[in-house]
Amino acid sequence: MTAASRAAAPDWGRGRRRSGGRIVRGVVADRNGAVGALLLAAILALALAAVTGLLPHDPLGQQPADRLTGPSPAYWLGTDQFGRDIATRTFVGVAASLRVVVLAVAIAALTGTLAGVTAGFLGGHTDAVVGRAADVLFAFPAILLAMAVVTGLGRGWVNTAIAIAVVYTPIFVRVSRGPTLAVRHAEYVLAGRVLGFSRRRLLLRHVLPNVAAPVVVQVALSLSWAVLTESALSFLGLGTQPPDPSLGLMVADARTLLAPAPWTLLAPAAAIVVVVVGFNLLGDGLRSALDPTVGPR
Amino acid sequence: MTGKEIRSRVGGTLLTLLGVSVVVFIVLRALPGDAITAKLGTESGVLDHAQRQALEHYYGIDQPLLAQYFGWLRAVLSGNLGVSADSGQSVTSMLAAALPVTVELAVLATLLGAPAGVFLGVLAAARPGRPRDIGVQGAALLGLAIPEFVLGSVLVAVLASAFGYFPNAGAFVPLTESVSANLGQMIYPAAVLAVAFAAIVMRTTRSAYLEMARADFVRTAQGKGLAPSRVRLRHVLHNAGIPILTIIGIQFGYLLGGTVIVEQIFALPGVGRLLLNAILNHDYAVVQSTVLVIAAIFVLVNLVVDLLYRVLDPRVRIS
Repeated sequence: MTAASRAAAPDWGRGRRRSGGRIVRGVVADRNGAVGALLLAAILALALAAVTGLLPHDPLGQQPADRLTGPSPAYWLGTDQFGRDIATRTFVGVAASLRVVVLAVAIAALTGTLAGVTAGFLGGHTDAVVGRAADVLFAFPAILLAMAVVTGLGRGWVNTAIAIAVVYTPIFVRVSRGPTLAVRHAEYVLAGRVLGFSRRRLLLRHVLPNVAAPVVVQVALSLSWAVLTESALSFLGLGTQPPDPSLGLMVADARTLLAPAPWTLLAPAAAIVVVVVGFNLLGDGLRSALDPTVGPR
Repeated sequence: MTGKEIRSRVGGTLLTLLGVSVVVFIVLRALPGDAITAKLGTESGVLDHAQRQALEHYYGIDQPLLAQYFGWLRAVLSGNLGVSADSGQSVTSMLAAALPVTVELAVLATLLGAPAGVFLGVLAAARPGRPRDIGVQGAALLGLAIPEFVLGSVLVAVLASAFGYFPNAGAFVPLTESVSANLGQMIYPAAVLAVAFAAIVMRTTRSAYLEMARADFVRTAQGKGLAPSRVRLRHVLHNAGIPILTIIGIQFGYLLGGTVIVEQIFALPGVGRLLLNAILNHDYAVVQSTVLVIAAIFVLVNLVVDLLYRVLDPRVRIS
């Protein structure tokens, strides 16, 4: 961050506790946060290598002579029923899954936080309407709502992301509305009102910094659970469509091959677990770095 | 609890239910694409104007959206959930056949998962920060992170290869026909669902227990020399019971709509499989009504949990 941009945003996070470097140090100081960051860095590097073609095989390339071979130097994690390299397909699948969940959680976090902060700050009818809307979306089990939205919108990765975003938006409403209510009548906000600050300024400079920490933690946790939702949709045939590699689809394919070729299931399943656990632990680390009431472990 | 509170809670639930019907309608009816395209696929392109109009009139989609919504709502409220375009059966009868399977699955998963979760939560919380706590927490995280479809697929494969048992080879046996044969089919999918259930209950139990263990009355109980086991059960766990019961209730409600994956893997004819097949066959009437009914049941389960909570906890009653 340059000196000029630092000077332009003096209020954000009170400048001291929440600057970028401190957050990173705080996350790494937390045992869970460090493990989570490490897991994510490793799998992200592999996914990046896979989509940029740095891995030796083509995710769609079929080698009929090498069907269902076990892990070997040529195929690290073995091959599937069409002789495609499982390692490459798994890491491309991770990238495909991350593309969906990152878009989904970005949409959910932006709309949910905007709605939650506005509702908490304005109160009254706005709050009642937003709160009820969140309750309505909470009334659907996650996978059910996602299935319904995909049915309405049609298949495709953007539609899958929108479906998952709809599921996760109410969580962000809830997470951002509470802290907004708590600081709405705080003395520094009242002081701002008395000084004649605009609503916009009060919201952005005084309220939002207090909401940012729980929202950031929730982003990490939502990414974690959204990976499960995305892979479940793909498993059911409602997410990524073949022949594109997808972790859920790979598990679905592996079901019939489990006895002769257990590696076909092991790799995609392990990748899902690593990503889910990674984001979850990162969320723990962020919580301990951002929340002054939780110390590092 | 006063009558006024009950009325406002029930009124809120009715509003939520109305909102749920609006969401279902918007998601499945108002979005582009219609029953005709769904039914005929690309062939709908060769319909001439009169044919299309006749079909639109038949499906009621030539009406304004609001009229369609209220027409649908009226039909639903009078118990008419529509007719399957695929099988010609009424959706009400299809749901009546499928719901008991899913409810049984959810009940079994709760019976397996809830006690395990509470036990593990107390086990972890009794020694916070020690290896046992870290081990239980790690196991819970894994239990949440391993997808149900992986656990289910592996279980089916292991049962088949190690015991020569194929849980979804034969036809489904309803509970009313043979209790033992039914439970033999249901216990494995229920066990798969119970893993994540136990993990969630464990986390809530652990944090509620730790919070209660810091309370003054617990120190008093320890101070007057009560046996540690008695303090743990009668003072700490007893008071941690309400958040634990709440999470069990909520999770049970979610299971009623969240069993689709294990139903698919274990070939059980529950509502999840009904919904998935309807989606894959573009059977919109079934999709719409099934989603509505599941969400409505979930809202009602939450209402019951909430009212129970107020009965159980005198503090909520007073405030």
